[in-house]
Amino acid sequence: MADLRDLYQEVILDHHKKPRNFHKLENANRRADGYNPLCGDKLSVYMQVENGVIRDIGFVGAGCAISTASASMMTESLKGKTEAEAKAVFERFHELVTNHSGSQPDPAALGKLAVFSGVREYPVRVKCATLAWHTMHAALEGNKETVATE
Amino acid sequence: MTTAQYELNVRRIREDFPIFREPVNGKSLVYLDNAATTQKPQAVLDAIMRFYTKECANIHRGVHYLSERATESYETSRDKIRRFINAASVQEIVFVRGATEAINLVAQSYGRTHVRPGDEVLISAMEHHSNIVPWQLLCEEKGAWLRIVPMDGNGELLFEHYERLLNPKTRMVAVTNVSNSLGTINPVREIIRLAHERNVPVLVDGAQAVQHMRMDVQELDCDFLAFSGHKMYGPTGIGVLYGKERLLAAMPPYQGGGDMISSVTFEKTLYNRLPYKFEAGTPNVAGGIGLGAAVDYLQSIGMDSIFAYERDLMDYGAQVLGELEELRIIGTAKEKASVLSFILEGIHPHDIGTILDREGIAIRTGHHCTQPVMEFFGIPATARASLGLYNTRDDIDALVAGIRKVKEVFR
Repeated sequence: MADLRDLYQEVILDHHKKPRNFHKLENANRRADGYNPLCGDKLSVYMQVENGVIRDIGFVGAGCAISTASASMMTESLKGKTEAEAKAVFERFHELVTNHSGSQPDPAALGKLAVFSGVREYPVRVKCATLAWHTMHAALEGNKETVATE
Repeated sequence: MTTAQYELNVRRIREDFPIFREPVNGKSLVYLDNAATTQKPQAVLDAIMRFYTKECANIHRGVHYLSERATESYETSRDKIRRFINAASVQEIVFVRGATEAINLVAQSYGRTHVRPGDEVLISAMEHHSNIVPWQLLCEEKGAWLRIVPMDGNGELLFEHYERLLNPKTRMVAVTNVSNSLGTINPVREIIRLAHERNVPVLVDGAQAVQHMRMDVQELDCDFLAFSGHKMYGPTGIGVLYGKERLLAAMPPYQGGGDMISSVTFEKTLYNRLPYKFEAGTPNVAGGIGLGAAVDYLQSIGMDSIFAYERDLMDYGAQVLGELEELRIIGTAKEKASVLSFILEGIHPHDIGTILDREGIAIRTGHHCTQPVMEFFGIPATARASLGLYNTRDDIDALVAGIRKVKEVFR
């Protein structure tokens, strides 16, 4: 079971059972819905962004352990980050779970999120791990456009 | 026959399938994804190899030796399939890519001819997307209505609703014989009888039926039957549309091209006779021959024996899975075939699938192309173990042990 534990690490199982920031934000000014039609995972990401800084972030939805834990840990890691920082973390996270070239992204740069490195051994699960992140990204991008047209 | 005798046969049957000699993740394969596709016996692989190595040629047009051989093998397969489902004539056996194409053919050819604005097409609540979307496309184009026969919490159709939904505007009933996500065996004979009382033709989706039970289209009196080769131990990319000759003869072609014509000028094309009118272009010759070999293989064992064996195995599976705490079986119809869909409290089916895979156990997780069924049960997905003729109680026991491991990981 050692290799399974690489994927289902205690931290991941803990966030799956007790997802953090698992709620809508009443005062959200960024929001997007994510859906993975392959597995039926659905989630919504809410953010309250002030002066380019993510003051608060939450999510709701239903999905597998990997997608729920990833969403939960994403909210913890992005709270207080600037939008640019959030996008940079997304890129590093994406590289962490998809990279097959052997070059290890610096785990220190990702902090706790490094526990998702096991996902790369399970290509069909990459979408689970990145669903919340893509949704967060869409929320930042989408609302920017709205703001720009006002 | 006792279970022990069946077990004995199955030991031998497993040796016919080379895939079981391949380790998966270092474990011996426990293949429980037969509703998605079945493994292939050596006889099917040999038939395909024989075609490509000894008789490869295009069919129906060459005067040379190989073309004659290939044509004969292909047409012999068609007759094997005719006998397999007891069709009256080989003219009623149309080779297609699979059940999906068969249903699209009927919707586009028969449907577009007969369905008018305000008409209705009746399907069931447990259809695979392939028996929903072709009818939706047709209804959208024609301004017709798609009506749905509902089901209950066991996954059984509500027959009295079916009776009520049948009305003078109904132009077609399309229903699955066996549900791919629930395993329910629908009372297709009764469905057909009632529809015929109102002169409504019935298409039966047999994709999850023909590999598990004896099929007799004349006894059933269905108007169309669609099924896929790869779910009945044959190759991918080949399937069959059975249609009553009277109906097929009156239907316009589905696709145009070579082989489906008897003469072409720029002014007027005369179509070929049945079934070739519906087989435009060079067909999947190797696939057709492989499917013929699959039919031979199934008949050498006997469909009634297969049904009895698989039924016993499914009952065993339902019993031992049912003993697991926090496990709920989705699809508990009285009449069921070879599908064990389940969910585990607090654990998503994808996580179940990944952990079982590490144990060499192949199941399907997801919505199984039946999103309306998932919506009905209020769940995003299920884990589905589906049985084939080579599965054993050992496979079920491995599944149970695997599920215990899943629960251990998530404890």
